Amino acid sequence: MKRILVTALLTIPLASWSASSSDWPMQEFDGDLQNLPSLQNGFKLYANYCMGCHGLQFQRYERTADDLGIPHELALKNLVFTGQKIGDLMTTSMPREESKAWFGAAPPDLTMVARVRGTDWVYNYLKTFYVDENRPLGVNNKVFANVGMPNVLLDLQGVQRQVCNAEDCSELVVDAGTGLMSTEEFDSAIYDLTNFLYYVGEPARLERQRTGVFVLLFLIILGSFTYLLNREYWKDVKH
Amino acid sequence: MDKTEAQGSSSGLAGAMEWVDKRFPATETFEYHMSKYYAPKNFNFWYYFGFLAMFVLVNQLLTGVWLTMNYVPSGDGAFASVEYIMRDVEYGWLMRYLHSTGASFFFVVVYLHMYRALRYGSYRGPRELLWLIGMVIFIALMAEGFFGYLLPWGNMSYWGAQVIVSLFGSIPYIGPDLMEWIRGDFLMSETTLNRFFALHVVALPLVLCILIFVHLVALHHVGSNNPDGIEIKKNKDENGVPRDGIPFHPYYTVHDIHAMVVFLFIFCAVVFFAPEMGGYFLEKPNFEMADPLKTPDHIAPVWYYTPFYAMLRAATFPLFGLSAKFWGFVVMVGAIVIPMALPWLDRSPVKSMRYKGSISRMMLSIFVISFVILGYLGTQAPSKAGTIAAQVCTALYFAYFILMPWYTRVEKTQPEPERVTG
Repeated sequence: MKRILVTALLTIPLASWSASSSDWPMQEFDGDLQNLPSLQNGFKLYANYCMGCHGLQFQRYERTADDLGIPHELALKNLVFTGQKIGDLMTTSMPREESKAWFGAAPPDLTMVARVRGTDWVYNYLKTFYVDENRPLGVNNKVFANVGMPNVLLDLQGVQRQVCNAEDCSELVVDAGTGLMSTEEFDSAIYDLTNFLYYVGEPARLERQRTGVFVLLFLIILGSFTYLLNREYWKDVKH
Repeated sequence: MDKTEAQGSSSGLAGAMEWVDKRFPATETFEYHMSKYYAPKNFNFWYYFGFLAMFVLVNQLLTGVWLTMNYVPSGDGAFASVEYIMRDVEYGWLMRYLHSTGASFFFVVVYLHMYRALRYGSYRGPRELLWLIGMVIFIALMAEGFFGYLLPWGNMSYWGAQVIVSLFGSIPYIGPDLMEWIRGDFLMSETTLNRFFALHVVALPLVLCILIFVHLVALHHVGSNNPDGIEIKKNKDENGVPRDGIPFHPYYTVHDIHAMVVFLFIFCAVVFFAPEMGGYFLEKPNFEMADPLKTPDHIAPVWYYTPFYAMLRAATFPLFGLSAKFWGFVVMVGAIVIPMALPWLDRSPVKSMRYKGSISRMMLSIFVISFVILGYLGTQAPSKAGTIAAQVCTALYFAYFILMPWYTRVEKTQPEPERVTG
């Protein structure tokens, strides 16, 4: 009886997870758009590891550089590899049609990925590639099963494998010494990369929240005057 | 110029006003609609929402104009132009969020405005036409919101519109042709987007403004109802001014201005701190461009249509050789238009819920609760239990109207007061 109960309790949350796209226990991502070094590092990682295939076609280099506090010349020299101008959109040079043949599907544009799938998803997706010989590219993903993308961060993370026990395969372990980064360093790099995508999803977010504080404060002040005005007019009206 | 004429003309501002009034009834109109329009002095909280609906309309018109300046109504350009507005246009993000949040708040205030009418019997004579005009405004507003929702050309825009347009396809005989005629194409396409743009930006705003003008003309002719549901015009003083009336200006203008600031506080809190409202105001799949080959996991309309969407899905069986989908469509249209019959369904000797009997109060509560539950169910993926719940709530929704001639007559009401009771 006890065992049935335990099984039931364990499977209920699993069932509700699988209703969304995956049953991987997601680690929470808490973005910080004021952390410029993190965003700059995220931009660097994105330009070096992602942009070859995934464009950010609605975002401009200039806006990004300005928001992230990167001087234009520095950005052009170190982060723009396509010979584009600073005012250009951050498109990829990957040809769409051919890439469809190479990967089965064209790599999607990622400007809005953090808004479509959520930052938790992006953060966990990037960390959960593992070796799977049954897949054409030799890797699979815990959050996005049978994904068509190779593990481009393999040299940083190292070779990650899943460890299975009787119930499931919910543990991932990296072969020691195969990656350029330690687990902590890699986690921190993925945090920065996700943080950058969080920024690109809605670059005006910080400005919006900053403006909002002033707008609400103004409305409180205005509201106290309109309240008094209303009271002044109505004080003589008999009900 | 002789002497008398020189004395008669005043100088300065008053003189200018006199000059205008001889040529245009400025003062007369202002007095008729504002400073000598006598509104009952016992208006309560529920009477803010008519004004607030107009305020949101102005917000939608203004932000809409600015959005149109940078929006590109084409299959390739629409989605990108919205992102251009969000990123590259100065304060474009603000215009967009004011507009998208405004759409949701429009329905919030309009639903509350309509609830007020149900609560205090504002649809009863002599305000039948006022109510009917209001209902036409509501339907026009639903259409306006529907056309506007396609314009960002996100994936939910695309598939949501596809689902609603396909409902017309369920009409026997003419359905498939009608559907093609509405879309202007064999599937949702740029042609559809272009006509929806024209309807959203020109045709329906014009219709809405005219209807709202007519709504106000009708209101100021019959006079406002009030929480007691009694006619203040029955008791006038020697000057013909209702004893329980108070000039709309300045008394209700200062009232409404304060309400506007309170409303703006809540509205701006959403605009600046939660414009997506957890995926209810801006749905997540809509941040992805429309893709005719990729259906979202779960298609749900925006929250303000979900009660009607749930009723649409509640019809699950074919009848008389017609498909379940067609009957769902009939139920949905029926649910939208049935409130129009209210002035003739309500047979109670009193108007306001304050003096109606317990059955009326209970039925109104059940009606509101079913509507809210239907709204929730409409946002969820279909399930067996959900469908049964939706069927029950749909039945309760219609019962409020269909049983009204009976329950408003049999119940015991309380006597209305002679004068308004504050």
